[in-house]
Amino acid sequence: MRDSARIEYVLRFGDGALVLAQRLCAWVAHAPVMEEDVAVANVSLDLFGQARMWLSYAGELEGAGRDEDRLAFHRDAREFHNVLLVERPNGDFADTTVRGYFYDLWASLALSELAGSHDERIAAIAQKSRKENAYHLRRSQDWIVRLGDGTQESHARVTRAVDELWRYTGELFIGDDVDAVAVGDGFGFAPEALREPWLERVRATFAQATLDVPPDTWMQRGGKQGVHTEDLGYLLAEMQVLPRSMPEAVW
Amino acid sequence: MKKEWPQWEVFVRSEAGLAHKHVGSLHAADERMALENARDLYTRRNEGVSIWVVKSENVHATDPSETEAFFAPSEDKTYRHPTFYHVPEGVKHL
Amino acid sequence: MYTSISDGIEGAPDGGDARERAFDERLDRALKIEPPDWMPDAYRKTLTRQISQHAHSEIVGMLPEGNWITRAPSLQRKVILLAKVQDEAGHGLYLYGAAESLGTSRDELVLALLSGKAKYSSIFNYPTLTWADVGAIGWLVDGAAIINQIPITRCSYGPYARAMVRICKEESFHQRQGFDIMWTLAHGTAEQHAMAQDALDRWWWPSVMMFGPPDSESTHNVQSLRWKIKLFTNDELRTKFIDQTVPQAEQLGLAIPDPDLRWNDETKHYDIGPIDWDEFYRVIGGNGPCNKDRLQARVDAWEDGAWVREAAAEHARKHGSDAA
Repeated sequence: MRDSARIEYVLRFGDGALVLAQRLCAWVAHAPVMEEDVAVANVSLDLFGQARMWLSYAGELEGAGRDEDRLAFHRDAREFHNVLLVERPNGDFADTTVRGYFYDLWASLALSELAGSHDERIAAIAQKSRKENAYHLRRSQDWIVRLGDGTQESHARVTRAVDELWRYTGELFIGDDVDAVAVGDGFGFAPEALREPWLERVRATFAQATLDVPPDTWMQRGGKQGVHTEDLGYLLAEMQVLPRSMPEAVW
Repeated sequence: MKKEWPQWEVFVRSEAGLAHKHVGSLHAADERMALENARDLYTRRNEGVSIWVVKSENVHATDPSETEAFFAPSEDKTYRHPTFYHVPEGVKHL
Repeated sequence: MYTSISDGIEGAPDGGDARERAFDERLDRALKIEPPDWMPDAYRKTLTRQISQHAHSEIVGMLPEGNWITRAPSLQRKVILLAKVQDEAGHGLYLYGAAESLGTSRDELVLALLSGKAKYSSIFNYPTLTWADVGAIGWLVDGAAIINQIPITRCSYGPYARAMVRICKEESFHQRQGFDIMWTLAHGTAEQHAMAQDALDRWWWPSVMMFGPPDSESTHNVQSLRWKIKLFTNDELRTKFIDQTVPQAEQLGLAIPDPDLRWNDETKHYDIGPIDWDEFYRVIGGNGPCNKDRLQARVDAWEDGAWVREAAAEHARKHGSDAA
């Protein structure tokens, strides 16, 4: 049980990075300016890199011979442990920016915690990811401010995106049995503890962006435990099509 | 047509100790974005440790039609170069 | 770089004057032309067209491969492809910068593409139907592009030459990753091998056509060669491409779809069968399988992004930053 908790814990971070990276790479060649094509590709590349480290480690912990690709391409939606937030569709640039900002900010806090993990591998992956994440957060936060305090239209669009995505932020701060093991064994952190620092930063950024923080609302949850929104199935169907259709092939 | 984002010139210091060198240009709405875009566009392969961005319209250049007047006066002052001087045989550390 | 300083063509119109002679002399001495230098109107126009077409090709060229980023069959392949397509965006931007230095703004150049007025490399009007197409594009299309581009690093216009140095350096991995995909497929399952052969069958002739019409029909060759913005003729470059690619196909164990292909011991080059120039002109004329989709994708990105660009400009204006 304790081993399987650690595997699932690692998968949560890996799947989160993987699914968000997969979402972001779909922007490339379609971004609002060409400079942004380059930028979004960089973020996506960083996140794929992080996902590969997490998934490889999960595979090693499991010891059943599954490597990063086996885990990425041969699991069904119910076996994915990412939070719901990252699987939300790209929508328009406001949706993508808000989703990215909420995640980047949470990740900056989460990775700081994990950098002190007693599990050396977790700590090492977190330390590397943290540097990349700091840049992602800088960019997404800058964009929140530009869009919020930009034109009437951009303000309206980003407000709508915040209202739409807010209900997926609660899950970031809700612990379960797996988190409890992580805390108990010293390889992870209690998600609840990140909520206040996260909210504080959101309030500050939103103030600068002339945006309102939404009132308390029902928070959707389930991703960490493998119960997802319908969108994840389509995302995986597209991502996994080749390895699934030719399982014998090496690519 | 809406006015486009301004153009910026990008200068990258490739390693500590070297001067910033012009590498190209890009477009960005503000300085922060210009720096971020420059980082993503011109240092994807570890090409830099420091970046300057300058709005293109703030770059002042010499006029090519005055090239001669500008630069010719220094051409005949060869005594400014060490190769102008004859070093007697056997003299070291000069 | 100097667009705001030299607003295009200053002074008297072109003529057989001293400036023109000085310009010719610079070319003869293989000195670079730089943005603020005087240059004949036709040189400026031709270069602007050539560089911006090149930039458009990089940007439109992201689309066929970009198709497969979300479906790449391993995480390693995915990040390689993503990095490659990202490079293409970067290369487009380097080139737009070089074109802008001739006095036309980026937006004007882009709008010429979106309105269908400006051209881009016709190869990108073909569809990427299987994963092997990603390999074929890297191997053949990038292979052809490299042959085209390396001489341009020595072209007469400084910003174009410098952009091309950077591009060639960065692109050195593009062709290899394509060949690597083809190699893996060609040595994989029977199904994968067939996929690789099918991709070669579909991409071979369009790649051969990438070098443009034969020298006998090419209108720009002579003047461009004189101006040193083109250093070899279309046919010279095409021959080079074929000579280097045929042995690679043999090493892959794939057959080039040309029954007339054979080594000519006298010319020391391969002879090839007739090129279907009707197809070439049909695709250039807008009737390739993907012309409409490619352009529409760029129009959509431009239009859907308008509010974002306006928002950032407005934010900068409000806060005394630089976009006004």
